Amino acid sequence: MAVISYREALRAAMREELKRDDKVVIMGEEVAQFNGAYKVTEGLLKEFGPKRIVDTPISEAGFIGLGIGASMLGIRPVMELMFWSFSYVAFDQIVNNAGNIRYMSGGLINCPIVIRGPANGGTNVGATHSHTPEAILASHPGIKVVCPATPYDAKGLMKAAIRDNDPVYVMENTILYNDKGEVPDEDYIVPLGVADVKRVGTDLTIVAHGRAVITSLKAAEILEKEHGVSVEVVDLRSIRPLDEETILASVRKTHRALLVEENKPFCGVDAQVAYLIQSKAFDELDAPIHRVSSIDAPQIYCKRMEDLQMPNVERVVAEALKVLA
Amino acid sequence: MAKPAVLTHPESLKRPAGPSEYAKNPVNASLSKADKIALYTKMARIRHFEQRCIRIYQQGKIGGFLHLYVGQEAVAAGTISLLGKHDHIITGYRDHGHGLMVGMGMNECMAELTGRVTGCSQGKGGSMHYFAPDKNYWGGHGIVGGQAPLGTGLAYAVKYMGLKGSCLVYMGDGAVNQGAVHEAYNLASLWDLPVIFVVENNGYSMGTSQERSTAHPGCLAKRAEGYNMAWDVINGHDVYEVRAKTAIALKRAHEESKPTVLEIFTYRYFGHSMADPDKTYRDKEEIKEYREKKDPVLAFEQELLGEKVLTPELSQKINEAAMAEADKAAIFADESPDPTVADITKHIYWEEDNRGPKTTSRGTIIFE
Ligand SMILES: Cc1ncc(C[n+]2csc(CCOP(=O)(O)OP(=O)(O)O)c2C)c(N)n1
Ligand SMILES: [Mg+2]
Repeated sequence: MAVISYREALRAAMREELKRDDKVVIMGEEVAQFNGAYKVTEGLLKEFGPKRIVDTPISEAGFIGLGIGASMLGIRPVMELMFWSFSYVAFDQIVNNAGNIRYMSGGLINCPIVIRGPANGGTNVGATHSHTPEAILASHPGIKVVCPATPYDAKGLMKAAIRDNDPVYVMENTILYNDKGEVPDEDYIVPLGVADVKRVGTDLTIVAHGRAVITSLKAAEILEKEHGVSVEVVDLRSIRPLDEETILASVRKTHRALLVEENKPFCGVDAQVAYLIQSKAFDELDAPIHRVSSIDAPQIYCKRMEDLQMPNVERVVAEALKVLA
Repeated sequence: MAKPAVLTHPESLKRPAGPSEYAKNPVNASLSKADKIALYTKMARIRHFEQRCIRIYQQGKIGGFLHLYVGQEAVAAGTISLLGKHDHIITGYRDHGHGLMVGMGMNECMAELTGRVTGCSQGKGGSMHYFAPDKNYWGGHGIVGGQAPLGTGLAYAVKYMGLKGSCLVYMGDGAVNQGAVHEAYNLASLWDLPVIFVVENNGYSMGTSQERSTAHPGCLAKRAEGYNMAWDVINGHDVYEVRAKTAIALKRAHEESKPTVLEIFTYRYFGHSMADPDKTYRDKEEIKEYREKKDPVLAFEQELLGEKVLTPELSQKINEAAMAEADKAAIFADESPDPTVADITKHIYWEEDNRGPKTTSRGTIIFE
């Protein structure tokens, strides 16, 4: 097993899929000659040439829509959004077209597109560039959404996404791009819709996705060391499809749940998870479910305040202690 | 349709800066000595403010993005220097120069960059999101092209209210490929709105040269013809030329309520943002050549020295004062407090900030 970064893991996944399937095309702003705004696609132009690795103008509605159209005819585009925040100018394509075409054609047309890019706050760039649209997008049937937290998951989910025959939106995180982790050398995928227990525990279940998983794991350490609490951390990995069984199995074991996500609270992913737990494991709960999400406001620019706006280790520890009280 | 009054082909623009052929143009000839010195002072202030920003960024006090305007000063300076009471402006994220030109203070601008509550947006917007509506400056917009419909709307409002005014909408050469820009072009022309789309063509959108991003019929401004709009091209290093040609568009807006597309050829000296190492997509020689031959601030200084409006001593005084002002702004930003956690949930809704009899909604609006 090699130890590689989250960024390298994403690149390796694309590289392997480009080699495996000549229908795979990488497209986006600055992905080719500039090697990617965040260098995720570095070296791919050199290796695969300009037919497979394509720079686009700043026309998200146009090129994302074009990718969706091409996918209808069997191309497998992997489209980079420099930030998922820019998906908002392509919302019609991403939601109305990619999300509905199969349904409205009575199953005649497939849309095997991948749209990927970072979707996170915490980088001091203000409200327009800090959106986390996984909940908004996953609320549309027809769309799949995944949020990898580790290099292993980033590679496995990306490969699964590219092989998947439905639109899959992969939400990465610029703050995780340099994180390193073990990734197998042989071919593997992480199937969409399979959560992962990132830490085993008995007293409290924390459910998280994306970078909130990393924050929760740090909080779990502190809870163990300083408070003698054994915390289980369930990483959703995939928002839709959602692995209900892994969440429920953990709650049945610990009887307490804390849900952590970077979204703003209203209609967040964890609103759905909370409903799931109360509807299918209500009798198992020894305490009300709590949540930690971002403070309900557009993303503030000031870095010191943004760090407090988002879920951080201190807030997760404090909220966990409330669930355990 | 109205043909542009003066038409220069981009090829003919590759001449070095020299005494401006637009010095005698009425809008420039009518400037007093004091006006000219004030205009030069403003350009120098933009230059020194941003050069100070670089240091603060390198000290780690500005995070996120910092898009510098260095090299492009004559665009904001020339266009904004013509504006009156009912003329408005809106731009993208490369917005510091426009802010200083409309009269924002260096202190509030600097403090915004470091996220202080004393910043123009109280530390909530940052570098890409400056606002000063009291000075007819409507931002500072982070999403490429997003400002084009907004600016068209500002022009619509000006016209609706029966005012003789306009809106100048600034955007980059990459932004012209956003759908929103094209929709705005059509609306502006269809509804005869007093808007001037200013395309600040600095040759690159991030690492993509203009030739690699855009199909066009000779120049970007000419796309206006497809919308039956007037257009013109301008040498962006010559503040006199910027003023002379913008004045024509402004007159068209004020007197005929018609839109114009102006493409202004300019250049940025630094990377796209401070995060861009700027090593791969352009030649260092190219930057050097522009700096040496067409630097807009130096060119105007030369011009004014030639006109005997400026003396080397006065110029030095102006530049030193601008540097000192920027230094003071940096200290102000350092010493200013941050917003508080309570501030995070302020300014989201008018309703929340104005509880009282005028509030027309009920229920929970900010969630935990
Ligand atoms: C919709 C959208 N897509 C992409 C970006 C990222 N981005 C910011 S600036 C930029 C380049 C814009 O270039 P140009 O319009 O030429 O303006 P310049 O930066 O040269 O002033 C890109 C791709 C964005 N902010 N918004
Ligand atoms: Mg540009």
